[in-house]
Amino acid sequence: MTGKPSGVGIEGWGVGRSFVLATPIARACVAILVILAGGAVLIPEIASTDPRAIGDVLGLRFVAPGGTDAAGNWHLLGTDRFGRDIFVRMMLAARLSLVIGLAGSTLAGTLGILLGALAGWYGGIADRLVMALSDALLAIPRLILLLVCAALWQPGAWMVIAVLIVTGWMGVARLVRAEVLGLRARPFAEAAHALGARPGRIVWRHILPNALGPAVVAITLGVGNAILLESGLSFLGLGIQPPQPSWGNMIADGRDVIVSAPWVALAPGLALVATVLACTLLGDALRDRLAGEEVVTLGERV
Amino acid sequence: MRSVVRRVVSAVVLFWIVLTLTFFLVRAAPGDPASLLIPPSASASDAARFRAELGLDAPVAEQYARWVVGLLKGDLGESFTLRRPVAGVLREALPLSLLLGTASLLLTFIIGVAIGAYQAAKRGSKRDVALTFLTTAVYAAPSFWLALSLIAVFTYGAARWGFPQWLRLPAFGVRDPASNATGFSAFYDVARHAILPVATLAAIGAAGIARYTRTIVADLAGLLFVRAARAKGASTTSVFLKHVLANALPPLAVLFALAFPGILAGSVFVEGVFAWPGMGRTMLTAIAARDYPLVLGATVLYAAMVIAANLAADIALPWLDPRRRT
Repeated sequence: MTGKPSGVGIEGWGVGRSFVLATPIARACVAILVILAGGAVLIPEIASTDPRAIGDVLGLRFVAPGGTDAAGNWHLLGTDRFGRDIFVRMMLAARLSLVIGLAGSTLAGTLGILLGALAGWYGGIADRLVMALSDALLAIPRLILLLVCAALWQPGAWMVIAVLIVTGWMGVARLVRAEVLGLRARPFAEAAHALGARPGRIVWRHILPNALGPAVVAITLGVGNAILLESGLSFLGLGIQPPQPSWGNMIADGRDVIVSAPWVALAPGLALVATVLACTLLGDALRDRLAGEEVVTLGERV
Repeated sequence: MRSVVRRVVSAVVLFWIVLTLTFFLVRAAPGDPASLLIPPSASASDAARFRAELGLDAPVAEQYARWVVGLLKGDLGESFTLRRPVAGVLREALPLSLLLGTASLLLTFIIGVAIGAYQAAKRGSKRDVALTFLTTAVYAAPSFWLALSLIAVFTYGAARWGFPQWLRLPAFGVRDPASNATGFSAFYDVARHAILPVATLAAIGAAGIARYTRTIVADLAGLLFVRAARAKGASTTSVFLKHVLANALPPLAVLFALAFPGILAGSVFVEGVFAWPGMGRTMLTAIAARDYPLVLGATVLYAAMVIAANLAADIALPWLDPRRRT
């Protein structure tokens, strides 16, 4: 960013760091996410046990949190039914969850911005096509659409991201379209046109920067939603496949031992709640700064 | 009146687009549905006969036409795995899902609007912050995990820790398989089985609605007409009920339509965990068995319900909001 804040229209964009960290709640959320990301990168690398390998099952399995197994290893959050350390597995799963959540939401949002800008700027047949497609996709509950796609194609991380993109662009597209429709008639857009700017330049330099606020908020709020949807698919066995851990399939592992070893399902569940909570509160903080209330935050829940 | 007709027509067109989209989505998937059903040991002629029987040998265009025509007659084809008409399977599952859905939707709105309105009235207080944190945390919890936690406490835990009888709740199915009760005790049995699934759905739903209501109501409370009403000396309660809540109704009606698909979809996981044989569980078993006609049929039914809910909200809006009457 150059000396003066050049992000036209989005107030506070130029202030940079300080505006995301304006409130104590936002600071706490950023701290949680940073610690989680750091743990996800480091812990599986420095751990003494392999979170995917299955060793001496009888001696190692279902060690309670804080307990020591038959081989003398200490486990912060205990072990699962194959004797794998739950904390290390959770951190390995966090890598996938964070990447899928971020990638799924940002890429879906990018597609939404492109299609929304296209529809809003050109109007006519392009607008009708985009809106018809978006109406149709919104008419099928997103989770159902996800389940159908997940069932039809090969399960795995790439599939989950692809499906999140295909089913997640509509909200952002509608927001951006509405903003573009309102902005294209404004004097500064007409002035740019009168100066001889090409349509692409007008949209890119003059319209989009002004229309991005609500989209950024929707994308941030979408990260938590994408993480939840991924965990849901993995819980059903349609997402991340074992032995690769994911919070969703770890909860599924704990389902049958919910009484005898409740920590197996409890720990990944709490990790999910904390992560999604942090993403949502951060999105709320961003919305208070960037957008009006047009961003409806009622995503579908898993 | 004309606008109502126009809305109905566009809802029907939308439904047709959804139908077409889902049909080609399923056909676009890699692999042949028949290959999953025909054992590799089957002879070539048996396999061909089976494909013909399922209608999979015809060109895609013909399959599409046949499917749409069948749909108009209320015929959704035959389930691959159950060997029964899909329409019949769904007709059995739907009431059970509607039971869960209606009960949790009602609770969701009553609890959610109450909490959200309370928060907006006390905006900025410690209680407001605490409730925001609580609702966002519950809203962040995956339903299947919440469901498992409830089962752990109220089904297994209740027996172990000696909870009173009325707090020991069944976790699986719709009714007690050992009882053959009729009349009121059968109803009581079903209601007891519904408590945990409804609680799971309502907790998450109410948390979402509370978050939304708080924003709408707090925005309204800051507007000029509310200040004017206060200035003329109206009591807080009367301002709140007559001016703020009355203006919050239209967005809440829209929200009702928005929340509906969420409740429907959320019930997929809840029905799965609680072995509640409704639409969601049917969908899950159909997906696991690659039973395409059943998957397609259930998806179409879900879409039909969402479109109907949106249409209802569209039509109800002018009635709730005089500014939108034309």
